[in-house]
Amino acid sequence: MFVLDNAWIIPALPLAGAAVNGIFGRRFTQKTVNAVAVGSTTLAFFATLTLVAEFARLTPAQIPFIRSFFPWIVAGNFRVDFALQVDQLTIIMLLVVAGVGWLIHIYSMGYMAHEGGYYRFFAYMNLFMFFMLILVLGANYALLFVGWEGVGLCSYLLIGFFFLKKSATDAGKKAFVVNRVGDFGFMLGLFFIFRTFGTLDIHTVLSRVEAMPVETAGIGTLTAIALLLFVGAAGKSAQVPLYVWLPDAMEGPTPVSALIHAATMVTAGVYMVARSSTIYVHAPRAMMVVAVIGCFTAFFAATIGLVQTDIKRVLAYSTVSQLGYMFLACGVGAFSAGILHLMTHAFFKALLFLAAGSVIHAMGGEQNMFGMGGLRGPIRTTFLTMLAATLAISGAPGFSGFFSKDEILWQSFSSPYGSPILWFVAVVTALMTTFYMFRLIFLTFYGAPRYDPHHVHVHESPKSMLIPLVVLAALAIGGGWMAAPKLFRGGTDHFEEFLRPVFAHAEEMRSALPSHTPHELEWPLMLLTIGGGFGLGLLLAWWLYIRRPKLPEEMAEKMPGPYALVLHKYYVDELYDALIVHPMQWISTNILWKTVDVAAIDGTVNGIGSVARELGQEARQVQSGNGRTYASWLVAGAAAIAILFLWLGH
Amino acid sequence: MPLASYSVVLSAVLFGLGALGFVFKRNIITIFMSIELMLNAVNLSFVAFSRLRHLLEGQVFVFFVIVVAAAEAAVGMAIIMQVARNRQSLNIERIDLLKL
Repeated sequence: MFVLDNAWIIPALPLAGAAVNGIFGRRFTQKTVNAVAVGSTTLAFFATLTLVAEFARLTPAQIPFIRSFFPWIVAGNFRVDFALQVDQLTIIMLLVVAGVGWLIHIYSMGYMAHEGGYYRFFAYMNLFMFFMLILVLGANYALLFVGWEGVGLCSYLLIGFFFLKKSATDAGKKAFVVNRVGDFGFMLGLFFIFRTFGTLDIHTVLSRVEAMPVETAGIGTLTAIALLLFVGAAGKSAQVPLYVWLPDAMEGPTPVSALIHAATMVTAGVYMVARSSTIYVHAPRAMMVVAVIGCFTAFFAATIGLVQTDIKRVLAYSTVSQLGYMFLACGVGAFSAGILHLMTHAFFKALLFLAAGSVIHAMGGEQNMFGMGGLRGPIRTTFLTMLAATLAISGAPGFSGFFSKDEILWQSFSSPYGSPILWFVAVVTALMTTFYMFRLIFLTFYGAPRYDPHHVHVHESPKSMLIPLVVLAALAIGGGWMAAPKLFRGGTDHFEEFLRPVFAHAEEMRSALPSHTPHELEWPLMLLTIGGGFGLGLLLAWWLYIRRPKLPEEMAEKMPGPYALVLHKYYVDELYDALIVHPMQWISTNILWKTVDVAAIDGTVNGIGSVARELGQEARQVQSGNGRTYASWLVAGAAAIAILFLWLGH
Repeated sequence: MPLASYSVVLSAVLFGLGALGFVFKRNIITIFMSIELMLNAVNLSFVAFSRLRHLLEGQVFVFFVIVVAAAEAAVGMAIIMQVARNRQSLNIERIDLLKL
């Protein structure tokens, strides 16, 4: 039980790596930087595996396994420990974070080899691993918040990694500022939790909530807490209306997009909602908000993804859309389905980004899909792995994404919190997902090359980049199979079964509600999903981009209005600029700067200064430089003092 | 009139003469001598009161004053020497650069 008792080792390893590379890395060779960064994440991954092995030997009564290492904040009756907790949900998250993070570190060795600031990159990546592990291990909301803010910081640093590029630094700032909005809600939620329960310890809070009544009408305490926490989750996990930062975050290096903006950090919001599942099932109205926002985000982002030309932007909108699915799952009370999708998404989306990185690498930096084409021959491994990931995200039967997505769709239909409307929108979204993903594949790998072969020397990536691709491809294909048996009569979903203790209360509350969907509908609905979501999407993409490649342009010309609307991402950025950014800049410039700062504050300070100077100007007249004047003053002063004393003496 | 009264009156007259010289004379050396005159006027009253009240502190103070006056004279004369050398004059009216 060594690692379980000392779980702090797991986050401490990447922290040490970040410290060594961050402080001394400038003088290291690339090999040394690699050894420190990848070595520390490898050790962290193996420590995680050991922890999982030890966890398997615990009795159910010992779970959640909580260890407090030292009191962190003590002030009056407020007390927060540095405490880590391990339960089934933590195990899943740990494996995803440490495993995918490890693979992406290996990939980065090849991808970043020719970039400046090599040590800086790996120091930030290791620091990110540290904060992400703290986030999933923290046993109280305060520690979770530390990890939460820490990953936000690393995200900011890595988006702006190429800091000489203005668009990159702007994107970093945008991510940071938009996340502040969400974190504001999250913090209010934490204050609310503390005021209500007097503690931030997750386990204590949730067990108190279990005894409270369900808030079916109005906005009670739990609904308020749940909604405020969701504001934080919407910021971090890029949900409408706070999703705008994630597409811009693609300015960062591709491994960063894969690790932070696809596989791990952006799923922190889903994790937090699932972690607080007990609060949510006691606030059904908040759950409805989560489900609707998630469903809408999934649909909304998918429509934007249909017309993007930058290979990474397609994937970015796809990430926003898939995160919407996860929230939809949480919102309809299917928390384990949400976490399953979180895991399979981490596999296939990390793979998609890494493969896209490999394509960009092969094309010498080209990101526009209309400048590619016909790449399936020259970069065969990349093509095959990316195809596997595309099949997974599209929900092709048998691939990991199929199991998670199908479960979410089924739950959104059948759950007492669900509705056929949510299901319908989600299925249309699945269709669009398949369409834009195969559009990406067809544009990139099929057809005639649209680049100049004399200038672009297409080459397959080095081994260090391909091995993670192959490993992730295996996971993207097989990562969902433990959920497979439930499709057959009497079979159990092993994933759900594993997570059952974590969501036991949520499940209990859900099964207490009347459900009016017969179980026989599951198979027909699934076939409909496969046919409509996957088959039709694939067919459409094939028709438009292989069979009749001229058709998309003609369609765009026929409907210039809707096309421009979607191409410009519904003008949401422009809307935010007009409604928030520009008024804020105007207030800052004209009121805060020119009125408050220059006129009021500077005016007061300068006024005091000039009054002192004027008085001094008058007083210096006394200093004539004439010795006899000084002497006269001296004598007069002495005489005055003498007279004063004589007078006082009486 | 007791002895102390004469001494105090003499001391006051000497001090007044020194102060007048201090303020009205132009030659720095003379001003300097006026300062010495004032110091010694004070010394005289110290001694007189010491004698009157049968206390030794007054006489001790006189020694202090003499020591300080000696130090002051040493420094002061050095300054006056430099002034005389630089400006070829001892007229205090013409030494007026000590101002802003």
